[in-house]
Amino acid sequence: MDVLTMPTFFERRQLATPGDLLAEGAYVTGENTYKDDDKIYASRLGLVEYEDKKVNVVALKAFYIPKLGDTVIGTIIEVGFNGWTVDISSPYLAILRASDVLSRSFRPQEDELSKVLGVGDLVIAKIMAYDRAHDPRLAVDEPGLGKITRGQVVKMTPTKIPRVIGRKGSMVSMIKQETGCHMILGQNGVILITGKSLEDEQLAMMALRKIEDESHTSGLTDRVAQMLNKEKRKEESTNESKT
Amino acid sequence: MSQKPEKLIDKKGLRLDGRKPEELRPIKIEVGILSNADGSAYVQQGKNKILAAVFGPREMHPKHLALPDRTVLRCRYHMAPFSVQERKSPAPSRRDIELSKVIREALEPAIFLEYYPRTGIDVFIEILQADGGTRGASIIAASLALADAGIPMRDLVVACSAGKVDGTVVLDLMDTEDKKGNADVPVALMPNLNSITLLQMDGILTSEEFEKALNLALEGCREIYTMQKEALKSKYVSVEEDE
Repeated sequence: MDVLTMPTFFERRQLATPGDLLAEGAYVTGENTYKDDDKIYASRLGLVEYEDKKVNVVALKAFYIPKLGDTVIGTIIEVGFNGWTVDISSPYLAILRASDVLSRSFRPQEDELSKVLGVGDLVIAKIMAYDRAHDPRLAVDEPGLGKITRGQVVKMTPTKIPRVIGRKGSMVSMIKQETGCHMILGQNGVILITGKSLEDEQLAMMALRKIEDESHTSGLTDRVAQMLNKEKRKEESTNESKT
Repeated sequence: MSQKPEKLIDKKGLRLDGRKPEELRPIKIEVGILSNADGSAYVQQGKNKILAAVFGPREMHPKHLALPDRTVLRCRYHMAPFSVQERKSPAPSRRDIELSKVIREALEPAIFLEYYPRTGIDVFIEILQADGGTRGASIIAASLALADAGIPMRDLVVACSAGKVDGTVVLDLMDTEDKKGNADVPVALMPNLNSITLLQMDGILTSEEFEKALNLALEGCREIYTMQKEALKSKYVSVEEDE
């Protein structure tokens, strides 16, 4: 089929609503789209992207669906007999088993689970197993995973995480450099920031809020860098006036 | 209480509120106005004032109602005690329960329920002020709230009613016309897929009149659909313009 008989109905990065006809012909459905006969429609509110023959919609709002191997940040909401229930800001609650947390075999008689992880504790974990029929199961068996002891947590729509990372990680590395904070991005839209001081962490949080609000605009990395520089100068001048 | 006005349509062919037979009431739509809900919308259609909030997909409670192969959609249509002239008991009436079911069935075909098994989506519709055709306005608000919650949908759902008043086929009946008129035909439509998800009739129409009323209602739906899309987009456009 030649291009003339395969029309697309939207511009790149144009806003589409559910049910909008995006393309007709031998195109392939990407994210947040569906196919009926030869026609491709949007299934979520978002920005249209054509990639060769693939039609994508970058959703402006979505929720997290677990995927094997994803790093997520969750909150313990229940301590059970042989493990924990974790809220990973998803339609499904995740399960963390005691035998996967303790580096030895779990002895129900002696081990007090609430002393290891209590309700309200935050954990960084990997999705170890998940399918349509079972709730996701978490693992904390790699370095860097486990209980969070310090830092700030920011939540956003999971579809915006790629924007926070930026092209080849340009956005995160810029924020890390400017603020001196360490960041862990959970694929479920939860971000952990740890810095030397609360001010540094707040600066990074401010940058993330800006990215969240303006995720669908272009040239964002530069604008975020500008904002961070301005805020840093402001801070320095107030510090100087104090001393 | 209110007596039947002498004529529902005057000599000039205008209705009680000065509308032409084929004219809609003025509509105002806002999306995403409740911060505690996952998605929300507010619709004003003439004197109707309707608020819709969506939660989910989330863990189904009670758990035994969850289905292994799809999401369960639950709807609650509720009229506030102050929504009508004579105080309405806040307990769900027979009519409330029926409308909840009818609205649920009008929305179900638009949602990809099979995507998220074992979860539930809750839709709450609150009628703050009623003036006829609330089921239609509720569907408009609920489908926008679903889209705002980031739930994948085949299409938005639009609804509108038509009917017969003083022997004339008219669009978008208000309360007095509905009660004192001859017939009322509410219709809900998925405009892009061109499929009807709700069709009811109360009263008596000849088959010609019915066909005329149905086509009139479908035209009304399409007109409202453009406003619905605008409302959904305008939540994000304001940020885009800052560029």
